[in-house]
This record gives sequence, structure tokens and C-alpha cells, in this order.
Amino acid sequence: MTLTATPGTPAATLGGRPASLRRRRTVGLAACVVAVLLAVVASLAFGARVVGPSDVVAGVLHPDTSDIAQAAVRSRVARTLLGLLVGAALGVGGAVLQGLTRNPLADPALLGISSGASLAVVLGIMLLGLSTLTQYVWMAFAGAALASVLVYAIGSLGREGATPLKLALAGAATTAALGSGVSMVLLSRTDVLDTFRFWQVGSLGRASFAELGQVLPFLAVGAVLAVGCARGMDAIALGDDVAVGLGQRVGVIRAVGGTAAVLLCGTAVAVAGPIGFVGLVIPHLARTFTGPSHRWLLPTSAALGAALLLAADVIGRVVARPQEIEVGIVTALLGAPVFIAIIRRHKVAAL
Amino acid sequence: MTDPVHTLAVEGITVGYDDRVVVHDMTLEITPGAVTAIVGANGCGKSTLLRAMARLLPARTGRVLLDGTPIDSMRSRDVATVLGLLPQAPVCPEGIAVADLVGRGRYPHQGWFRRWTAQDDAVVEQALVATDILDLADRPVDELSGGQRQRVWIAMALAQQTDVLLLDEPTTFLDVAHQVDVLDLLVDLNRDRGTTIVMVLHDLNLAARYADRLVALTDGRLYAQGDPSDVVTEQMVRDVFGMAARVVPDPVSGTPLVLPLGRHRTGRGTQPADEGAATPPTERPAAQPVP
Amino acid sequence: MTAALAPAPAAGAVVARGRRARTRRRRTVLVVLVLAVLAVAVLALCVGERSSSPAEVLRVLLGEQVPGASFNVGVLRAPRVLTGILVGVAFGMGGVVFQTMLRNPLASPDIIGVSAGSSAAAVVAITLFGLSGAALSVVAVVAGLAVAAAIYALSWRSGVQGARLVLIGIAVGAMLDSVIGYALTRAGVYDANEALRWLTGSLNSAFWPGVGPLAAALAVLLPVLLVLARRLPALQLGDDAAAGLGVSPDRSRLGLLLVAVAVIAVATAATGPIAFVAFLSGPIAHRLMRGTGALLVPAALVGALLVLSADLVGQHLLVHRFPVGVVTGVLGAPYLLWLLARTNRSGGSL
Repeated sequence: MTLTATPGTPAATLGGRPASLRRRRTVGLAACVVAVLLAVVASLAFGARVVGPSDVVAGVLHPDTSDIAQAAVRSRVARTLLGLLVGAALGVGGAVLQGLTRNPLADPALLGISSGASLAVVLGIMLLGLSTLTQYVWMAFAGAALASVLVYAIGSLGREGATPLKLALAGAATTAALGSGVSMVLLSRTDVLDTFRFWQVGSLGRASFAELGQVLPFLAVGAVLAVGCARGMDAIALGDDVAVGLGQRVGVIRAVGGTAAVLLCGTAVAVAGPIGFVGLVIPHLARTFTGPSHRWLLPTSAALGAALLLAADVIGRVVARPQEIEVGIVTALLGAPVFIAIIRRHKVAAL
Repeated sequence: MTDPVHTLAVEGITVGYDDRVVVHDMTLEITPGAVTAIVGANGCGKSTLLRAMARLLPARTGRVLLDGTPIDSMRSRDVATVLGLLPQAPVCPEGIAVADLVGRGRYPHQGWFRRWTAQDDAVVEQALVATDILDLADRPVDELSGGQRQRVWIAMALAQQTDVLLLDEPTTFLDVAHQVDVLDLLVDLNRDRGTTIVMVLHDLNLAARYADRLVALTDGRLYAQGDPSDVVTEQMVRDVFGMAARVVPDPVSGTPLVLPLGRHRTGRGTQPADEGAATPPTERPAAQPVP
Repeated sequence: MTAALAPAPAAGAVVARGRRARTRRRRTVLVVLVLAVLAVAVLALCVGERSSSPAEVLRVLLGEQVPGASFNVGVLRAPRVLTGILVGVAFGMGGVVFQTMLRNPLASPDIIGVSAGSSAAAVVAITLFGLSGAALSVVAVVAGLAVAAAIYALSWRSGVQGARLVLIGIAVGAMLDSVIGYALTRAGVYDANEALRWLTGSLNSAFWPGVGPLAAALAVLLPVLLVLARRLPALQLGDDAAAGLGVSPDRSRLGLLLVAVAVIAVATAATGPIAFVAFLSGPIAHRLMRGTGALLVPAALVGALLVLSADLVGQHLLVHRFPVGVVTGVLGAPYLLWLLARTNRSGGSL
């Protein structure tokens, strides 16, 4: 039995989808792309110094470094690119996590992935004397991967599998557990605290082209894997048993998708620090106009995630000028209310 | 159990969740001292009606009257000494002993200063004897089978010593032997103690056999109420469950027995399926006109 | 089956026998716990840079002037031990109330963020406003209560359901964590260290002037909590069953939540949120009592025991002098993960 040949499967239904849904998806994706472009321009233009549109164009294309406005734009290019990548990675990573776990509350920060990265970075600073961001990336990545596997393993024990409540509690508890390890290190080593506390809030301000090059391959592989199991996740959405009945290899999809999520989220955390709620909120927003099909959800989440993360970064740069509020704090303050709204809308019985 | 018999009635209640109305303008009087079963299709508002009667859901309009007093104006604890409730999915604390769980039914009878007494021990033991689980008294509830657990919960409701007992699908998750067992137990209580029993039941045949009175709901409205043999007719099964069926006397009890017709394997009956579906309405049951 | 409704000859004898056996076991465990707390307290009074003998400690406690011991024991160690016991009792009792009320051993206030308000407010007060002492305590208590009330209000949708409360608590906690992170980056490294020490929980600032208010506040709050907690056995059976027993789930939960948070906030204001004590005491007490009744008092004793012993370990047994919260955190974390796995597998509750 193949998926497409079976009447009544999601794939078959999608084949005959109404034109209005297709139009909504196309328009939605286009709107997201426009939003990304606007966010990019805003990100290049705003900051401690506000730059006009002509200087933005000039600063990107052929910067005249003697002009201070164009130099400012130039210095924001790496940051903007990083914002795009991290936002897209978190959006797609969140959508994959939610799809694989059938869990509307899956998010890298809430599921303890960020705290795994934190502990690894602290240990790296303390034990290995790491001091540059490029070195942190590897530690953070390893920590994120380990923590996510641990949280998912614990959260999915039991008969009902990984319910939202169980996963959220497993994530919160793991965060608390790893957090006490972090405090133990920090309290005995003031020097580590002084380095670490700035990494601990997610920020795009430390971006450089060197790191961009370093993380790009990870993100690319993660994105390809995620898109590869989009169809599989559509089937998993109906329940594991149904997915098996539809001829999907659920174990393989879980493994591939899980790798994709860890690659995307882990890399994002590694390069930008813990940024909460983006991976959670973006797929929900995207789903309002793509519907549940992952082949539309993933690209739309990528675009929306990039746009919103950049926008949050710009807000953080603008509201407290000349100081900055890190993007991780902005997303937490903006994202938590959305999260609460999602919980309030869902029937608790379904949680 | 010398308390006067208590009465329970609902007067024009409308009940719902959030923006959805589930029970519409329902008026119903529960016969004191009888076993009443509420039946109906999925989503017809059976459990909602029961929950409203147990004051778990506030009525938007109308009132629930316990002994003629609106139930929401009474002290919660006072209600709990008259009206007991066994919900569909009570939560069992880990590691608790059977006798201790049953003892929690004594809560409404304990005041600020009055703690546990020998009287409470006696009532708990009586409840354990009545449900035939005295030998399990000191076992942890976790270790019991589903049927035994349901007995423990019923024993807890008994220890509450209420004259009215509401049960929301007391037989779900039980196999047929345990279903019959639980219903026998409830009828025992009714006969021996005069407890008024109101329960939501899924199985129409068991309801017809065990209940003195049936209340049939459809779409949140009262369809019929009365003696099972008056309420359960082929017409009623079609209207309430949307299903063609034969109704014959139960060879064991003489109560109505519903045999669904379905579309297949009906050849050996005296009446073909399509004819059954087209049968003109039988005479309306005496209890049909809703008061 | 026939219903043998005629009371047995000695009505209630079987039930009474079993109940008495369980009560005996309960008493034994409680006595052992009290003795253990006393033993550790005496040990904590004796041991230090300059250790004293139990006899000297006793003389100091009786008000005698003992050269050398009077200052060390009477001024330094006694308030520390007393504060440790008081906050341990408060965290233990407050935590177990949450776990029982929400029917989930993981739903202790430190995990689900209900007490995060105190921490966030205190860190902001330390780093951005330089507060300390009584003012800091007041800020922590008020903010703790305000945040808990907000979480309750946000969880309200024609009634508050436990699962929703837990999830919203986690969300608010995550938001407050980012506020803490922000405050830490804006502080000087000395203040950041101070704030972190506070966040971990420490008895280092426990001196006599602080003991009085702490004891007075708990003397008012703990009895109220104990009285309200008499509804817990009904609440434990699920909202519907509780209502059937005459306990209004929403009103009871609000009362229990506010008083339990007040208890925890008062303790947090005194020492900072000592990691995992609120979370660990209930499950440990549950295992000790094996379902023989209410967990509030045993959990309180376990809490006191945990804080005192962890402080002893942190002060004297490690290479560094660690605040008590680091010890409870590092010891508690594996237990937390184990409990998490076990709870999920069995779907159990307290």
C-alpha cells in the first residue's frame, strides 16, 4: 500500500484541495517573504545610529568605509544574516519538533535543549578554557543534542507517549537540574560567570562572518533532512499506528526528523545563545494559513521565523537606545503571552 | 438510614461549556427511592445533565432543586451529606490503602474539630462489606483489578452515606461480567437502603433491565421518561439512536431487549431489515408526553 | 452477591485494626524524622572552624557564657541552624501542598515557576537597585504572591485545571528567567555573583535579626496552611470527586495556592530559593510514609533535614564552601530525573 494510492489519506485529500487553500498558502508565503525583506532593511537601518535607505543600499553593495553611516550598515550585515539563519532554523526546528511529537508546545528552550547547551558551554569555559564563540559552538551543540535526547526519552516514557504536559514538565525539570550544575560552576569561578552571563541571554550581537561560514553546513543539512521527512510527518500527525498503517516507517522518520531538529535548534542555540519561544510560536502562526501540511508549513515557518527574529532584534536595538536589549529577552517577553494564549485556547483534556 | 427520603429535581435548566449549550431547558423529577438510568446517543448531554445535577456545572438558566432548595444556594458540605457522586474518572492517590480511600467518603461528616471516630470505622467497614471487599481493606488500591477498583469507589460513595447517589457511567472499562456485578450491587443498595440512584449508562439493554425508570435524551432535550418497558420502543431507538432495531422481551427478565437490525445477516428474522426501518410508528408509550 | 448490611458483630474492627497499624507506622516515621532533624541540628551547632562539644553547646543554649563557644555557637551557628530548619519546613510543606493539589510530583512551585516571581524580583532588586536585607525580603514576598496570583488568573477559564496551571506556570517561569538573565548582564560582576548566590539559596546571611520575622510569619502562615490542607485528601481524588465530597475545587485551590506561595515566598526572601527542597521533600516523605496519611508534616521534617544536612556538606565537606542550594541542587538533580522517568512510566501521583 502506498500513501498516494490510498483514498482518504492526507496526501490524497491534498491532491484535491480547494483553490482557496492553495491561494491562502501562496499569499501567506509571499507575505512572509515580503516581511523578511522589510525586516532585513530595518535590521540594516536601525540601531544606535539610524541610517537612511540610500545609505543602506550603498552600505551593502559597495560600502564606502569612510562614511560612518555606510560603515554602520556594513557592520550590521553579518548580524542580519545571522538573524535570518537563526530565525529560520528555529522556525523550522520548532515545526519539526511539534510535528514529530504531535505536541503543540514543543520548543527548544522549553524542552531543555538550551539548558543542555548552557551547561556544556560552562563546562567548556571552565575545564577546557574555551574563550571564543567558535569554540563554544561545538560544546553548545553537543550539549543541546544530549539534552534533547534525554528530555524526549524521559518525556515519552509511559503509555500515552510524549504528551504536551509530560514533555513540558520533563523540559522544565531538566532545565532545573542542568541549571544547578551551571550554578555550581559559576559560584566557584567568578571569571567563568563573567564570561558566561553574556552568552546566557540569546543575542545576535556577537555575529561574525567566520561563524556564519561555520554554522551554515549544519543548518543546510538540517533543513534538507527536515524537508525530506515532511510527508512522513503528515502521516505521523494522524498517530503512530495510523502512520504505520499508511506504510510509513515511523522509526526512520522520527530518527531523521529528530536529527534535523537537533541540528537546527542546536546550531541556533550554539551560535546565538538560548532564544526561547521562537520555535514554539512561529509554527502556530504559520499553521493559521498553511494548514497542517508540512510541505507548506516548513518553508513558511522558515520565512516567518527569519522575519520575526530580525524584527525582535530590531525592537531590542531601538527601545533602549543607545543600549541594547538582547533578542532572547525580547522574544521571551513577546513569546510567553502567545504561549499562554495557545494553552488557554486548547482544551486541557487534549494536553 | 432513617433519614426522610430526599427529592432531586431540575427545573428548566440550560447547561453548557464555554459557548456551546449542551442541555436545553430541561425539566425532570427524579423518583425518590428508585433506580433511574439516563440513556441516549453519544453527545446527547447525558453526562452534562448528571454533572449539572451534582452541581459540577452551573446551570445558565433554571435551577436544580434538592429537597426543594436550589442546590447552589446550599453549603457544599451539606449537599455532600445528602447527594453523593461517583465521577467517571476519579484519581487514585498512589499507594493509598483501600480502607483509607473509602474513608475519604467520610469527609463531609467531619467538622473542624470532629476527627476520625469509631463510628467512621464502622461505616467504612459496612461499606466494604456491602461491596464485598472487606478482605482487601489493607491492600493498596494500585494493586487491584479494574472491577475491584470500581467496587472501592462505590464503597467510598457508600461511606458518604447519602440518600441520593449519582454515577457517571459506572460500568465503563469493565467487562460484561463486572458490568452486571456492579449493577447488581447498585440495585442491592437501592433495595436494602432505599438509596435513590441516578446513573448514566451506555448500554441500553442493561439500563432497561436494571433501572426502575429510564430517562432518554436526544440532542440535549428530554425525549421520554418512565418505565423501561414504556420508554424503550422501536420508535424510540430510531429517534434517539438513529438506528433501526427490533425490541423484544428479554427472555431472562422480561424487560425490553433491543436487537439492532443493521444491514447484514438479518435474513433469519421474521422481519426483513428494510421493512423494519419502514415500520409505522408503534403506539406512543404512555410516558411519552413530557411533563 | 448479597449485600450483608447488618453490621458485623464488632462493627469497624477490621478497618480499625488496619488503620491503627498504619497510624503506628506513621508515628514511628515521624519520631525518627524529628530525632534526625535534632541530631543534625546539634551536629551543625557543634561543627565549625572552631568546633565545640555538645555539652558546651547545651550550656550556651541554656544561656551560660562559655568562652569561645558563646560567639561561635550562640551568634553564628544557632541562627543559621534555626533559619535552616524554618525554611526547610516552609519549602517542604509548601512544595508538597502543590504536588498533592496538582496531583503531580513534578508540579512543585520551583519547577513550575510559581515561585519564580520572588527570584526575578529579588535579582532585579539586587542588581539594578542595590537592595538588601528587609527591603529585599518584602519585594520578594510581594512579587512572589503577585506572580502566583497572575498565573492563577491566567489559568482561569471557567475553572482552573491543574494541567493548565502547570503549563502557564512554566511559560511565566521561562519569561521571568529571561528577566533574570537580562538583570545579570546589566550588573557589575560583584552584584551578579551576589544575585547568583541568592538565586541558588544560601544560609550565609542568616543572623538573629532575620530569624524573628521569619519565625513570626511562618507561625501565622503554617497553621493556616495546615487547616486548608484538610481539603487535600478530597482534592486528590479529582475535581469531580472532590465536589461530590463537598469541597469546591476552585476555591480550595486558590486558598491553598496563595497560602503555600506565601509560605514559600517568605522562606525564599530569607535565604533565596534553595534548589529542589520544595520539590524533593514531598516525594521522599511519600516513600517514607508509604501512603499512611497526610504528607504535610513529614514533608516539612524532610525539608528541614535536607536543608540542614546539605548546608553541613556545603560548609565542611567540599573543597570549596558552597551555598546550601548548590548541594541540594547537585544532589537533587539525579533524583529529579529518576523520579521524572518513574512518574512518567507509571503515571503516578503523590
